[in-house]
Amino acid sequence: MATAHTTEAGSSRAVRRPGDVIFSGLSTGAAFLILAALAGVAIFLTIEGWPAVTASSGELGADNIVLHVWPLLFGTLLAAAIAMLIATPLAIGLALVISHYAPRRLAGPIGALIDLLAAVPSVVYGLWGIQYLAPKMLPVYQWLQDNLGFLPFFEGPATTGRTLLTASVVLAVMALPIITSISREVFAQTPVLHQEAALALGATRWEMIRLTVFPYGRSGVISAAMLGLGRALGETMAIAMVLSATGVISFNLISNQNPSTIAANIALKFPESTGVHVNVLIFSGLTLFVVTFLVNFAGRWIASRGQVKG
Amino acid sequence: MNRTSLRRTLVPAVAAVAAISLTACGAANEDSNDSDKGLSGTLNGGGASSQEAAQTAWRAGFQKDNGGATVNYDPVGSTGGREGFLDGGFAFAGTDSYLSDEEVAKAKETCGTDAIEVPAYVSPIAVIYNLEGVDSLKLSPQVIGDIFNAKITKWNDPKIAELNDGVDLPDADINAVHRSDGSGTTKNFTNYLTNVAPENWPHGAIEDWPIKNGEGANGTSGVVAAVKDNPNSIGYADASQATELGHVEVQVGEGFVAPSAEAAAKILEVSTRVEGRPATDMAIDLDYKTSDSSAYPVVLTSYLVACQQYPDAKTADLVKGYLTYVVGTAGQQAAADNAGSAPLSAALADEALKHIADISAK
Repeated sequence: MATAHTTEAGSSRAVRRPGDVIFSGLSTGAAFLILAALAGVAIFLTIEGWPAVTASSGELGADNIVLHVWPLLFGTLLAAAIAMLIATPLAIGLALVISHYAPRRLAGPIGALIDLLAAVPSVVYGLWGIQYLAPKMLPVYQWLQDNLGFLPFFEGPATTGRTLLTASVVLAVMALPIITSISREVFAQTPVLHQEAALALGATRWEMIRLTVFPYGRSGVISAAMLGLGRALGETMAIAMVLSATGVISFNLISNQNPSTIAANIALKFPESTGVHVNVLIFSGLTLFVVTFLVNFAGRWIASRGQVKG
Repeated sequence: MNRTSLRRTLVPAVAAVAAISLTACGAANEDSNDSDKGLSGTLNGGGASSQEAAQTAWRAGFQKDNGGATVNYDPVGSTGGREGFLDGGFAFAGTDSYLSDEEVAKAKETCGTDAIEVPAYVSPIAVIYNLEGVDSLKLSPQVIGDIFNAKITKWNDPKIAELNDGVDLPDADINAVHRSDGSGTTKNFTNYLTNVAPENWPHGAIEDWPIKNGEGANGTSGVVAAVKDNPNSIGYADASQATELGHVEVQVGEGFVAPSAEAAAKILEVSTRVEGRPATDMAIDLDYKTSDSSAYPVVLTSYLVACQQYPDAKTADLVKGYLTYVVGTAGQQAAADNAGSAPLSAALADEALKHIADISAK
């Protein structure tokens, strides 16, 4: 509106009101603050983690820091991977139900309920996992051991419900709302014209979704999965409570000996740690920081590649 | 439009901040007004997390008698507590293992005179189990070592069976549960095994579980929950925290002893002091190998460490008052009620009180 009052034509400078200046200053400041915070965390982790790299093997209790951190990283990645394997298909299905299948008056409440899952604190998931899910899973694991014990994943012995598989299920439930709500939004954005065109050409609803919704939403779903993966990688409290972590490297998902995860290990060991052991924990934190960063970059890269295609 | 909505959020936010700071001031004022009886001031200590429940009870009891006094206990862990005390950060420290000889020397430097070290919290560690239909289970330390070292993996192993005549042991895998976090309970438990059954438990006395066998659980409550939820499990935990589960009777000499406050206090009586320590140091070398079948040897002994002399009279009085309460009958009873510890025997408590009475200002 302001430009309408300027009589001089051809004035190239836009009018800058104080509000504009303040707002742009604030937002630029916020952007830099985030960068500074991130850099600060990275610098802190590197400086404090460095003594762990140079520490002697006697102090570490392992030959070197890589041997110490590797089982933890292995556990982190394995638990997160299984969680994603469970959560992603489930989340995509849920998102489709909400955006395309369910009648409108059902879709809203279902969506709200899923979002509610994201609001539950992780320690509550931990309690649920340890008190309810784990005991209920034990008979399942015993069945798996008896019937599928020839597979390395189900070797057993199944003596407890607090296994890596249980932890992954808890992680999957925690990642589910994030993936679902973003996927749902993306699916709902699919141009109606595309969908109607597909239907007009004689496609069934499933074919329509495959032909229009999935290609359109692919990059969004991948970003959503990456965000969910981020949550699964960094989850601390629920894993610390649910998982029976003993530090082995094993693909056996249903025994009482499981690899720990980095975040859970820090939470468990930090209170009684001193000296170089604190540095070791911080170094493992740095590892997780870097891995999470890489995962995010990979996610963005895949997502942007998908966008060009679409 | 934007401006109004910004104002809408800003104004309540500012009001909320103002309200919080006002209430904070109010609370602070109230505290200082209440210092009409007993000691006053703030006392900062920290250390073993095993003492946390007892410390909470002690603080509540002490602050009730001394309205103006505030005692803070930071459960940073035994090592952190000792370091904090030696650096002068804590006026007193709680520790699950007594000061090393070097630390005793360092404490003398920090305090100017020999430090006081008194037992304050003694708690039996129960070996807990969950076996359907088995109401009483007797185990020797050697067998316990083998079980936690994963050398005995079946409940009907002959070594277990020969100690439990007439008990119907199931043909099931043993699920041995340990602490997955660093813990003084683990340290005391493994210390016992190391002393009594070094061949069956060759891993030493450590805070972090050293081997990859068995199930790991977070905290005492985690171990108790894991044993309770999984049939055929065995674990170790503060006896007071695991009352619903079966407690193993541990072999001592010729007999088998179940954990109890009396039996735990007894082991301190039959044990000897650490040699070569100052007179004010009551560090006890637990006689794990005792053959006295009225003593229960698997105990967690936690000490309080303090200076004999403090630079200012206020701190000296507070430390003296607090420790007197803790070691005295009322404090020990409060810990027994709230944390399930075993009260110190009269002889030990009297000796500790004698040392504490000498605390003074420089």
